[in-house]
Amino acid sequence: MSDKQFKHKLYVKKNKEVSFTADTLAKIETVISHYPEGQQKSALIPVLQIAQEELGGSLNVDSMDYVAGLLHITPIEVYEVATFYSQFYLEPVGKYVIEVCQTGPCAICGGEDIMHYLEEKLHIKVGETTEDNLFSLKGVECLGACGSAPVMQVNTEFYEFLNIEKIDEIIATLRNTSELTKPESLSWKERLS
Amino acid sequence: MERKIILENNDIEGIRFLDVYRQNGGYQSVEKALKTMTPDEVVSEVKTSGLRGRGGAGFPTGLKWSFIDKKSNNPRYLVCNADESEPGTFKDRYLMERIPHRLLEGMICSSYALGANTAYIYVRGEYKYIVGILNEAIKECYKNGLLGKNILGSHYDLDIYVHCGAGAYICGEETALLESLEGKRGNPRLKPPFPAVKGLYDCPTVVNNVETLANIGWIVNHGGESFAKIGIGKSTGTKLISACGHINKPGVYEIELGFPVEEFLYSEAYCGGIKNGKELKAVIPGGSSVPILPKELILNTLKGEKRLLSYESLADGGFESGSMLGSGGFIVYDEDDCIVRNTYNFSRFYHHESCGQCSPCREGTSWMDSVLYRIENGNGRMKDIDLLVNIASHIEGNTICPLGDASAWPVAAAIRHFRNEFEFHVEHPDIVRNIKHGSILQYTNK
Repeated sequence: MSDKQFKHKLYVKKNKEVSFTADTLAKIETVISHYPEGQQKSALIPVLQIAQEELGGSLNVDSMDYVAGLLHITPIEVYEVATFYSQFYLEPVGKYVIEVCQTGPCAICGGEDIMHYLEEKLHIKVGETTEDNLFSLKGVECLGACGSAPVMQVNTEFYEFLNIEKIDEIIATLRNTSELTKPESLSWKERLS
Repeated sequence: MERKIILENNDIEGIRFLDVYRQNGGYQSVEKALKTMTPDEVVSEVKTSGLRGRGGAGFPTGLKWSFIDKKSNNPRYLVCNADESEPGTFKDRYLMERIPHRLLEGMICSSYALGANTAYIYVRGEYKYIVGILNEAIKECYKNGLLGKNILGSHYDLDIYVHCGAGAYICGEETALLESLEGKRGNPRLKPPFPAVKGLYDCPTVVNNVETLANIGWIVNHGGESFAKIGIGKSTGTKLISACGHINKPGVYEIELGFPVEEFLYSEAYCGGIKNGKELKAVIPGGSSVPILPKELILNTLKGEKRLLSYESLADGGFESGSMLGSGGFIVYDEDDCIVRNTYNFSRFYHHESCGQCSPCREGTSWMDSVLYRIENGNGRMKDIDLLVNIASHIEGNTICPLGDASAWPVAAAIRHFRNEFEFHVEHPDIVRNIKHGSILQYTNK
């Protein structure tokens, strides 16, 4: 949170028309109905997640203002939430956001090497996006999968027990297919079952 | 002795689904509670059981429930804390992924006991796929009359909704979680008033961890007294331990509280010993926030007694020579791991996750982060070590929420037990600068 600051350019309103499809609006209505009357602000995080997903993977001032209108709250209430949570991206990201865990248990099991290898392989630094807009690389804090360290998350999928060969395979698959593939099952889960 | 409560029937195929779960005794507690018990009777069983919060603090659950403001005319809420973000902890994820109905069963009984008609499960943003699993399970419950209006003909109504966070460690703190659930930044609230009086939307609210709630079904079925017989002393029941780090068999294990640490570490049924035949160096027994303990102190207490996995035994000796059970995130370090690098890593984590509300935490975590960075990279000074101890002592106890303490404890404990490694870093900047990974201990012996 501390290292993510609103860049000035984000304040410039682009005045682009933002709108959701009827389906999305219905989905948002359902989310709002989960909270008591008058507490529609509770739906802010879920609605921002929907907005981010629908509007190309990241948020900007236009989309945040639109969300504020939907929930009948002021734009600043949306900005303060969007800047607080690390999963809201305020700058454009690639189709696949690769988030490599950098915290303790992953770090001692090679998480840092995984990050360096990805930087070399994708020819970008942490925080950057490849030229073809396919991959964004981010270092994140604990993903809650320490038992299968080192791990990374690509969009919503977890990839665990990583090594160089696995990363080569994952990147190749993501480059060649249009859909995110389900990762293989975890060995510690099998062991316990 | 193997004793399973939460992970019972975990290995049955399809246990994730309602029909299989019910065939194996699932949801009996809901029938029992709703049809034969009053809400107060459920609360009193939970009190008798001695169940303590599994999220880290270990506060007695029944007592927490009894604080709920009964005079208030506002609706009451139960909120399940599934914002599992403590580094080293991944038990709730495992539980929700494998047996989501165990949690829902516990939540229905708990909501009934508390008189809540709406309950929320706050899942951390990174576990987005878990939201799908939980929603499927909830849908099954609605279809089978276990949720919604007039559950099983008992005239009791309950709705459960899943709410997904968006990546903030601080939202695991209960009042920050409530703020986040209200659509705000996750800034913890000043207590009192406690959530039991003024929680979600200023209404009486109880926030419980996933694992805590998963125990409730068993307690209703078998009675609080049977539960209290499991475990040791005031540590009743079982605990899920998330074992990770340099061990042969990382994973989630359910142990009866009071299980010996040494056996847990070396037994083939659990961690299976240290990876690659190396020596054990240290263990963090309860998630990154609790003090690290060197080999001698994790296996035995200072008094020479065997260290057990229980609230009391792990805390034996205070912070001088003990630690905490915390959330049960059991992180194991081998002889080649560098404690300084690891401490720096956790400091960076707390710096990143501080919400910025209280000055001691906002400034202190950033300060410790930068001092540890320079020590780790060979630019440290000898007085930096005492400076770190000093900063840590000024954060501890001076913040609204426990994140301040959580950032201070690991630093203070690492210096307390591994001061020689910090000194080595300061004395040998050239060696330290050239080594980016692993331990520098191999050079200390030369």
